[in-house]
Amino acid sequence: MNLTLKVWRQRGPSDAGHFEAYDAPGITEDMSFLEMLDVVNEQLIHSGREAIAFDHDCREGICGSCGMVINGKPHGPKKLTTTCQLHMRNFRDGDSITVEPWRAAAFPVVKDLVVDRRPFDAIIQAGGWITAPTGGAQDANLTPIPKAVADQAFDAAACIGCGACVAACPNGAAQLFTSAKAAHLNLLPQGQPERWSRVTAMVDRMEEYFGSCTNYGECQQACPKGISIDFIAMMNRDYLKAQFKDRKRLVGASDLAGDGAG
Amino acid sequence: MTLDAKIPPGPIQEKWDNHRFNTKLVAPQNRRKFDVIVVGSGLAGASAGATLGELGYNVKVFCFQDSPRRAHSIAAQGGINAAKNYKNDGDSVYRLFYDTIKGGDYRSREANVYRLAQISTSIIDQCVAQGVPFAREYGGLLDNRSFGGTQVSRTFYARGQTGQQLELGAYQALMRQVELGTVELHSRHEMLEIVVEDGKAAGIIVRDLITGELTRHSAHAVVLATGGYGNVFFLSTQAKGCNTTAIWRAHRKGAYFANPCYTQIHPTCIPVSGDHQSKLTLMSESLRNDGRVWVPVKPDDRRKPGDIPAAERDYYLERRYPAFANLVPRDVASRAAKERVDAGYGVGELKNGVYLDFGDAIHRLGRTVVEQRYGNLFDMYANIAGEDPYESPMRIYPAVHYTMGGLWVDYNLMSNLPGLFVVGEANFSDHGANRLGASALMQGLADGYFVLPATISGWLADQLNQPAPSTTSDAFNEAADAVAERINTLLTVNGTRTVDSFHRELGQTLWDNCGMARNAASLSDARKKISELREEYWSDVRVLGDGQSLNQSLEKAGRVADFFELGELLCQDALHREESCGGHFREEHQTPDGEAKRDDDNFAYVAAWEFQGTGSKAKLNKEDLEFEYAHPSQRSYK
Repeated sequence: MNLTLKVWRQRGPSDAGHFEAYDAPGITEDMSFLEMLDVVNEQLIHSGREAIAFDHDCREGICGSCGMVINGKPHGPKKLTTTCQLHMRNFRDGDSITVEPWRAAAFPVVKDLVVDRRPFDAIIQAGGWITAPTGGAQDANLTPIPKAVADQAFDAAACIGCGACVAACPNGAAQLFTSAKAAHLNLLPQGQPERWSRVTAMVDRMEEYFGSCTNYGECQQACPKGISIDFIAMMNRDYLKAQFKDRKRLVGASDLAGDGAG
Repeated sequence: MTLDAKIPPGPIQEKWDNHRFNTKLVAPQNRRKFDVIVVGSGLAGASAGATLGELGYNVKVFCFQDSPRRAHSIAAQGGINAAKNYKNDGDSVYRLFYDTIKGGDYRSREANVYRLAQISTSIIDQCVAQGVPFAREYGGLLDNRSFGGTQVSRTFYARGQTGQQLELGAYQALMRQVELGTVELHSRHEMLEIVVEDGKAAGIIVRDLITGELTRHSAHAVVLATGGYGNVFFLSTQAKGCNTTAIWRAHRKGAYFANPCYTQIHPTCIPVSGDHQSKLTLMSESLRNDGRVWVPVKPDDRRKPGDIPAAERDYYLERRYPAFANLVPRDVASRAAKERVDAGYGVGELKNGVYLDFGDAIHRLGRTVVEQRYGNLFDMYANIAGEDPYESPMRIYPAVHYTMGGLWVDYNLMSNLPGLFVVGEANFSDHGANRLGASALMQGLADGYFVLPATISGWLADQLNQPAPSTTSDAFNEAADAVAERINTLLTVNGTRTVDSFHRELGQTLWDNCGMARNAASLSDARKKISELREEYWSDVRVLGDGQSLNQSLEKAGRVADFFELGELLCQDALHREESCGGHFREEHQTPDGEAKRDDDNFAYVAAWEFQGTGSKAKLNKEDLEFEYAHPSQRSYK
């Protein structure tokens, strides 16, 4: 099939950026969207123009590197599918396709379709972990976890950190990403000791970078892994509870300082 | 030269414990005096970075991805082995050790493999403590499944995304250390050179992929956790960014490259669909638990699979290997598929695959159970191949997946360059000539969480109160200049061919001549051809843009340049190894029924190659392999 692409080109963070139109002839339906871009890039290089920069790595839908807004939708028209797993059989001969980077204040454009998603790392860094130093773990089967709990934790843990949720959100909020990790850990027995401090730290860090959630639900629609906004509700509930459960804050840090130390 | 692997004395069961006791320690208050560089953030790199940070060392972690979480370990599907024997089916540390040695076709080091099997159980405990959501049974206990080359169920899994969950566990532990300030993280930074001073690893030169700036980093120890080199074949199941540059640069600076010809071709991948193909997608080995592999009995049978009655199907793995059937090791399954396809029994439009059929499993277990076990893999297949695997069988064919070879390391995971440690797939250590399924994750995490943190203190302890090397020394200046010059050269060739076109040609040459079957004549030809192609590359490659900003063509160009040199070594190693073993199959050396024929008298050694200059033949050094416990025999899975 023959396609026309309208691709966002931007030399760097300070460049204004603009759309450029390219022909993409001879595309076959077995190609992935990124393979189609590979073909276009080879042509561009042959004609002496720089290739379109885009993030990609595993091309199996799991690393979360790729992501672009295709015809106005993060990761394109197919539900539950990352850009790399979107195949050209989802398009028709003669289609014109608009390709843009994630649009979000927290994800500045680095070049063309590449954005800076480091604020996601910052959120995980703040509390998206369980303190479990290497070597001190008990036998894995000592704590049985009901299958339903483990399965739900997994549903949340399936997040690939691609950022489509943020790109889809009119507010540029990162609630879905943050709640997925918070829920994964807060649902499990291993995550209970740090449950309240975790959710507080993650949400507070999130708010340093991202907009506020107003329950549009666009994030859930765009998520290639089908992460549910129920996790956002859970995070909000935990965050609220945490304001009462945080013993340090309730009692006052100074009261606890001498408590049991040494 | 014969290499000393520094294997501790004593019975194999006691070696690791004794060695840990005998290794010098660094006291907690002294650890902050040591700088350690970790390159790579996959399972091995992230777990090493996190653990070294927890111990109190000053750690810097580098990765080329925009976040350390994206390293390619994340794409591993099937599972991770551990000798827990939760299933009470006769598993033990000794059996895991034995299976791994046998699966590796008696070309790995016994002491390392035994240690790996011992540590395997702690890995599961560690990961569960971190919150890795492994699959569970209704009683709440951990579930297991079977993988190829074993007769027990010892594989722990998290749906079809085990690698993702383990990687996220390690990444989270790493980010916790970043928050605590023990680890300094440099994402979108690529290591382009290692600095060697006075014969020791002194640091690295890295390029900031956003600004193009070259920076120098020195340390008391450098750890490479940069993965395998399967992308030398262009088409592989690896992520597009996976490359050999870090280990190849170290090799050029004196680190020995061991057994490069041991490359693993995974039997169950989606076949190539056309010239545009940019990578191949694995369908987890776990599918062989319930899927049956077959081709039509008649060659060139164009009927739909559903129209071919059972009597006219050749379940060739069940026919040839009744004991292990569809769960024979990867090398055996791959060669058997190639044999059928080459003989004209291939299926699909291009006749380049075999069927992996779930019809019986769906009939026996019901669609729901099959969906629970493999749902995401089935979806992925449907997406890529455009066919519904619940309705008609998958088409699969072998593809390059993993590389057992890598930088040579001793028992401490230190290369022959003092101060340079290599962990995970980047080293050669534990899998011999063929890796068993679900053992890569095990090795990556064993190295990073448990082995390296225990052995590195032995190296560091002797340098107490010595500062890290200066980054303005001659050695650093020379290394930084060389990197800048190389980048400049790539940008100024301004030839006619793209980097990818060269890479594809290199990959095709290797796949045709140094892939699943190799012979002396074609290996010699391939080596010559690669060397010519390399020269053409440096005079005709076209890399546009500049070096002072994000330039993905430039990044690729540097990596492909190193792949050429590695490709030559790959052929040299494959040519010299006049035997067949594991993933290395020389057509001249096979049994009458087409199985790999080893030559233990002449080749029971690790081939550790020493760099002699670009285009020159590398020099062979040997580490003799001794088998005190698992005695080499002809592998049989019948």
